Amino acid sequence: MKAVVTVMPKPAILDPAGVAAGRAMEHLGLKGVRSVRIGKSIEIEVDGADEKRLHEICHDLLSNPVVEDYKLEILS
Amino acid sequence: MPSVMKVAVIQFPGSNCDTDCQAALASFDGVKAEIVWHKETSLAGYDAIVLPGGFSYGDYLRCGSIARFSPIMGAVRAAADAGVLVIGICNGFQILCEAGLLPGTLMRNKGLLFRCENLHLRVENNDSPFTSAMTNGQVLEIPIAHGEGSFVADEETLNQLNANNQILVRYCDANGNVSPEANPNGSLENIAGICSHGRNVFGLMPHPERVCDHLLGGTDGRGIFQSMIEAVQKTKAK
Repeated sequence: MKAVVTVMPKPAILDPAGVAAGRAMEHLGLKGVRSVRIGKSIEIEVDGADEKRLHEICHDLLSNPVVEDYKLEILS
Repeated sequence: MPSVMKVAVIQFPGSNCDTDCQAALASFDGVKAEIVWHKETSLAGYDAIVLPGGFSYGDYLRCGSIARFSPIMGAVRAAADAGVLVIGICNGFQILCEAGLLPGTLMRNKGLLFRCENLHLRVENNDSPFTSAMTNGQVLEIPIAHGEGSFVADEETLNQLNANNQILVRYCDANGNVSPEANPNGSLENIAGICSHGRNVFGLMPHPERVCDHLLGGTDGRGIFQSMIEAVQKTKAK
C-alpha cells in the first residue's frame, strides 16, 4: 500500500516558520502575500496495513492533534 | 540518617542533560540518582523519575514525538498513575506533553530564535511536590535553552490549568512582573511550567539542574529538587 499523509498546523495556531517564509517571499518582491503555512508531507509504503490502522498511526505519531490536522490519502 | 531516595534519570538517544540532572540530584544528601536507558521497561524501586533535556531522536517529526513511544514510557506512565513524582525538563516536558501525561504542547518559539540565556521565573503556586520548598511569588533565575518552548493549549485546557492551580512557574522580569516583554518564546500566559491534575507530574522548559551549584553561577534551581526530596521523605515517613 502507498499512502501520503499531509500534516498541517491547525488554522488557529500561529506558525512562526510560515510567517518568516512569507516575509522572505515579500523580500523577494512577491506582492500580496496573505498567508504562508508550513506543514509536512509523509510518504508511506507499507505491506498489509489497513486504513484504520494508518489513521491511528497518523493520530498518535505522525501528527499532534493538539495543534495539527492530518489528511491521509491512499494512493494504491 | 535519612533514608536514601532513589531517582531514575531516563536517557533517550539524544538526551544531553541526563548527567547534569544526575549530578544536580547527587549533590543533595541522601539522594541516589541513576541513569536508566530508554529501552528498559521497569522503574520499580524508584521514588522519582526525571525526563531530562536534549534532543531525543534528533527532534525528528516533532520534539518528543518518538521518545514518547520508547519502551520505558510504559513504566513512566504506570509510575505517574501510581503517584510517583515525574519531572520533565525541556525536551522532557515536550515528551510528557506528547505522551499525554501533561496537557497542551510546546511549539516553535514565536520569535523563531533558539533562546539560550538566563531568565526569570515566578513561582505561581507552591502547593505542589515540586515547588513546596519555595514561596509564592518567589523569583528564580534559571536558564532556558530551547527552540520549541512556546506552550500552546486550547482555551478550555488553559482555563482548567488556571482553575486547578496547575501553572507552577511563569516567565517574568527580574522584579517578578509577568509581562509580554519577559516572555521568551510566545508561551500562552507566559507559562514556563505546569503540573498534572494529580500534581505529581511536572514539566518545565527552563533547566533547574544547570543552577544547582555556585560554581555554575547560581543555585536557584535547587528549590525544585529540594521540594521533590521533601515530598518523597514525607511519603516515606508515613
